[in-house]
Amino acid sequence: MPEAQPVTERDGGTGRASAPAGGGTGQQHDPTDRGHFGPYGGRFLPEALIGALDELAAEYDKARHDPEFGAQFDDLLTNYAGRPSLLTEAPRFAEHAGGARIFLKREDLNHTGSHKINNVLGQALLTKRMGKTRVIAETGAGQHGVATATACALLDLDCVIYMGEVDTERQALNVARMQLLGAGVVPVNTGSRTLKDAINEALRDWVTNVDTTHYLLGTVAGGHPFPVMVRNFHAVIGEEARRQILDATGRLPDAVAACVGGGSNAIGIFQGFRDDPDVRLVGVEAGGHGIDSGEHGATLTSGSPGMLHGALSYLLQDDDGQTIEAYSISAGLDYPGVGPEHAWLKDTGRAEYRYATDAEAMDAFQLLSRTEGIIPAIESAHALAGALRLGQELGAGSLIVVNLSGRGDKDMDTAAKYFGYVDDHDTGGRS
Amino acid sequence: MSGLDAVFAAARSEHRGSLIGYLPAGYPTLEGSMELLGAMIDGGVDLVEVGVPYSDPVMDGPTIQAAAGTALRNGFRLRDVFTVVESVAARGGHAVVMTYWNPVHRYGVDAFARDLAAAGGHGLITPDLIPDEAEEWLTASAAHDLSRTFLIAPSSSQARIERAARASSGFLYATAVMGVTGARDQVGAGAAELVGRAREVTGLPIGVGLGVRSAEQAAEVASFADAVIVGSAFVSQAGSGTRAVRDLAADLAGGVRAPSAGEARPSGLR
Repeated sequence: MPEAQPVTERDGGTGRASAPAGGGTGQQHDPTDRGHFGPYGGRFLPEALIGALDELAAEYDKARHDPEFGAQFDDLLTNYAGRPSLLTEAPRFAEHAGGARIFLKREDLNHTGSHKINNVLGQALLTKRMGKTRVIAETGAGQHGVATATACALLDLDCVIYMGEVDTERQALNVARMQLLGAGVVPVNTGSRTLKDAINEALRDWVTNVDTTHYLLGTVAGGHPFPVMVRNFHAVIGEEARRQILDATGRLPDAVAACVGGGSNAIGIFQGFRDDPDVRLVGVEAGGHGIDSGEHGATLTSGSPGMLHGALSYLLQDDDGQTIEAYSISAGLDYPGVGPEHAWLKDTGRAEYRYATDAEAMDAFQLLSRTEGIIPAIESAHALAGALRLGQELGAGSLIVVNLSGRGDKDMDTAAKYFGYVDDHDTGGRS
Repeated sequence: MSGLDAVFAAARSEHRGSLIGYLPAGYPTLEGSMELLGAMIDGGVDLVEVGVPYSDPVMDGPTIQAAAGTALRNGFRLRDVFTVVESVAARGGHAVVMTYWNPVHRYGVDAFARDLAAAGGHGLITPDLIPDEAEEWLTASAAHDLSRTFLIAPSSSQARIERAARASSGFLYATAVMGVTGARDQVGAGAAELVGRAREVTGLPIGVGLGVRSAEQAAEVASFADAVIVGSAFVSQAGSGTRAVRDLAADLAGGVRAPSAGEARPSGLR
């Protein structure tokens, strides 16, 4: 089953061809035609969906080479999402990082408040190209749901968002936001009632309504072509960040850090640096209450290969192949799977994966707020916690870019309870 | 002639469709599931589909999801499926196993095939494994002489139907509608068309599932397909006990023997 990964070479150091912003037309590091990254990826889904995946793959392949599509996408990224996002140095925060310089890639400043908008705009445009009129999506923290509802409002598409019941409680404000934008929000009360089950329910909807409906998957997981397509729509993050850090400092960073749930923001920023062998790519997973507690979302750190939601990747599973429920204080990292390309990057050693616990992430969350006046998403706070430790390891004079994937407004309820700013009698019993 | 071929040939010789009934192993308990499957055989199903309860059953509607959840909460372990298959064989019944792929992958594909064959199972139905990804299973099933049933759907292209048929043995599974499992008032009109498209490329028996719950529907499906597959309706009855399951099996067995059902084209003779 494993197929050889085409060996690709660097495209000549800094003289990179300037691909259309976010167009992701570069095909190096693409999976095989059947969507395999080494042994990972592929399609482990019902036959009923294969036709739709084939259609999507064909349409995406045409679109990524179509200058008109690239121009449309770039126009939306620039004039609607607000790209390029800033690269902000965080010197007061970095004082806690062993003398390292830390720069933040400000995806939190995008329209809708996270990196999610990049992929959503790309897929929504594809939905129109395919002549489909209805979009469904899953959401955990609500960021992807809000972004999807936003793109559907903009492009006049019907929109239904599946969201675990636990998450609708944790992220009530985002539910209201999606409804305001005209989307229907369906609380999912099966299984663990979180992101994983929202994806299951979205897949059930898709298999029933595939003629009219596009499943706008929000991360680099799922059956081919989702992992490569979503990656390429987010590649703009890394392309911008690489250019910006060179402009700001005249050199490449020693490390790039990003949080990893499904892994879309991480793969997006990694993509810009993966051909720079001296740049360490560091993914930071959700350590929850600690790996030994069994309550975490650290799939690459402690999982094993298995299939979930259409791809072979790392997975939190028991001896019988039953999925183990993940846990994290952050709804967006509370996922027992991970994108297949991350599994391959781990196995090949090109990227490394570690974790930050709830407590470490919340410390970093508070620290960034107080030292830089930037309230990060709790997801992104995991990357910040990872950067603090990386700084200690790399030492004075080192340079780190952190992907600040989202803003923390949506997390104020969780944070206020965590830090005791409000009564926590109704936290929903998750911690 | 392999075990499954004999099952379909026997029904064909009686000019009727075959009846295939599904229940999850371990539902509501391990013992309980073996009694329910026994009742199903007593009621007249030709072949039982033993389901593997799984945490993330994306092809299943609420009825089977809930049953799988109950089985898992009541302690179902994957190896229990072999105990259930053995009990079917011991009762003179015929069993195939229907399973999502990750449990098999985790157990080890060859080891699972070996243990299923040893338990007397005839093969596997794989709802989320397509032939494109099935290399390891093709090898293991051949090594242990097990049948492979892949699925086709109304959305399948003719090329994909051909691919699924070529990779399958025993029988081919046609999903009657686009959707998940669950009893429906009407079986999709697309089912007959799908079976017709499959007949153009294969002589394998073709079973139709998703949504069948009554003798009338069974008769209708048996008029164009070789086998009628009933799942959620059995799971619903299982809540009422063995008698309800046996009665439903007998009712459906009557359906596949109804005069209109006898018009099924004998696929093996084309």
